[in-house]
Amino acid sequence: MAEEPAGAEANVHRVDPVGRPARPGPREPAVADEPGDVWDRRVAAGLAFLRRRLSGRYEIDEFGFDPELTEQVFQPLLRVLYRDWFRTEVTGAEHLPVEGSGLVVGNHSGTVALDALVLAAVLHDVHPTHRYLRLLGADLVFRMPFVSELVRKTGGTMACNPDAERLLGRGELVGVFPEGFKGVGKLYSERYKLQRFGRGGFVSAALRTGAPIIPVAIVGAEETYPMLANITPLARLLKLPYFPVTPTFPWLGPLGVVPLPSKWLIEFCPPIPTAHLVDSADDPLVVFNLADQVRETIQQKLHELLERRPDPFGP
Amino acid sequence: MTPGSTPGVPGVVVVTGVSRFLGAHVAARLVADDRIDRVIGLDALDPAPELASLLDGVERVRADAEAVGSVVDDLGADAVVHLNLITAPDPHQGGRAAMKEQNVIGTMQLLAACQRAPRLRKLVVRSSTAAYGASFRDPAVFTEDTEPRAVPRGGFARDILDIEGYVRGFRRRRPDVVATVLRFAPFIGSRANTTLTRYFAQPVVPTVLGRDPRLQFVHVDDALEILYRSVVSDHPGTYNVAGPGVLALSQAIRRAGRIAVPVVEPGLSGAAGIARALGFGRYGLDQVDLFVHGRVVDTTRLTREYGFTPRSTAAAFDDFVQGHRDPAPLGPERLHRAEQAILDGIRRTRAAVRERVGQRGGRIDG
Repeated sequence: MAEEPAGAEANVHRVDPVGRPARPGPREPAVADEPGDVWDRRVAAGLAFLRRRLSGRYEIDEFGFDPELTEQVFQPLLRVLYRDWFRTEVTGAEHLPVEGSGLVVGNHSGTVALDALVLAAVLHDVHPTHRYLRLLGADLVFRMPFVSELVRKTGGTMACNPDAERLLGRGELVGVFPEGFKGVGKLYSERYKLQRFGRGGFVSAALRTGAPIIPVAIVGAEETYPMLANITPLARLLKLPYFPVTPTFPWLGPLGVVPLPSKWLIEFCPPIPTAHLVDSADDPLVVFNLADQVRETIQQKLHELLERRPDPFGP
Repeated sequence: MTPGSTPGVPGVVVVTGVSRFLGAHVAARLVADDRIDRVIGLDALDPAPELASLLDGVERVRADAEAVGSVVDDLGADAVVHLNLITAPDPHQGGRAAMKEQNVIGTMQLLAACQRAPRLRKLVVRSSTAAYGASFRDPAVFTEDTEPRAVPRGGFARDILDIEGYVRGFRRRRPDVVATVLRFAPFIGSRANTTLTRYFAQPVVPTVLGRDPRLQFVHVDDALEILYRSVVSDHPGTYNVAGPGVLALSQAIRRAGRIAVPVVEPGLSGAAGIARALGFGRYGLDQVDLFVHGRVVDTTRLTREYGFTPRSTAAAFDDFVQGHRDPAPLGPERLHRAEQAILDGIRRTRAAVRERVGQRGGRIDG
């Protein structure tokens, strides 16, 4: 994939000017640092980052999104995951809006919602101005301690119309997976079969704000944690939507958490404009038709991508 | 309206809760306005000594909830500002029972009296953003139209829901009265002294494990300004009053230079209960809910209708931190010194290593 090294490179460059702290103190460094010593600058930048974090001198937005933490900590980790572990190939990045709002709608799969995180990280890297994808998550995500805060800090929020419309109204790129748990929690035998799209709430959010809908097809996530069975009683006991049995989980204990290294393909499809439909946001016919159109587009694209990837664990 | 007074500005204003910070300051602010003829402070208690001087021009009437009934009409009030709310149970003053009596019954009595007062044109009621409750299904940002999804666990939040219910009833029965409900975010600032400011002043601050709620504050001076403007001009409706922007709890604790101690949530709820039972600490389920769910409100309506934007949550919090200049365990100066020391250490070590490598290189050459 051609874009990524460039993205990663640009990233490194962006860190340095911010990281160089302005030192007002009268204290001279004990040893004069050699000009252009890259390690000295890195250490100084790292320490300045730590100090900013420890003194709370950073900004978060009203949804709890912490761009600095996302950029410096989570993005590099996810980059390793999607580039080196999943060997992700991305196409159609030109369909993403350079500025202004947009609703990115994808297929959901893989037992653990890893595809959402990967999609957000990939989009940030391939986008010409490195925009962030603001993910919408189910309320279960926000019930869980730690997970909820991780999601908020990386830009996610509750999947509800007020939040979606607020984000789109601010001109953000919003990511949504209308299948929800039906998509993530389906069995491996059902792979790449799109589930029902619910009430199409995502469509009405896009219509109300006139945001274009960008369907995205993600191939590869189904094989990361292939769910062979679902132990319903255990799920009910733990108040989870499903309890997965995969080739490695729960047999291998913590090792079962490691995703299988499948080959990923992600394609962004041409945007579907909605600006002319703003008045139809409450019209169920328009909403369902549009939801169906998005669903069909993704399903077709999935078939195309699967043909391009004969071996799920290929290079 | 009293003849001769400025249109829109009430001649006689009754302020409840003048024995406490907010009431006393609002009353003093109204006294300073020449357009207002009389400011009457209504409270069952005497003001704290440090507030007494503020109440010089205020006619004080001592009346408890039941006596309020006759007072409002007898005084010929044009406007009533209801600030007498207790936000946390005080074990020395009757605990939760007295708090509920004051908040709910007190408001009920006052509104009943207001309903019977023919001269009344304006009602300003202090409410709280706790009115939105706390649920995992809540949207990230509450607008004034958001309905609470679940009845909150905390006593104060439940009182607030009751109070707003009474105001809704009052609005129906007296549509001629301009009724303003102000949903305040928690107060902060160098002068504020609340449950939350005391919480942030501790060296070690308990938080809920795995939760980092988004918080908003309003600077207490801005809250006074909004209350004052609500009295002297007409702003019917319900308004969120909060500083724009958000601080995460962890971020606020770090800015205050304190150390967070995460506690498991059931543990914290239990601890809050035990602390209350033993009579120390005023933390309750209201605080625990806030520290699990956080609370962020939209202030577009306030800014538009009042033409006034409170200072940001971060700025208000920084003012509070400035006002509490006691040595914080993790203050910014200490962090800065530590950073400098580590950086110097690393530079010195690297220089030493470089020198030694250089010498060895030299020997090989020689």
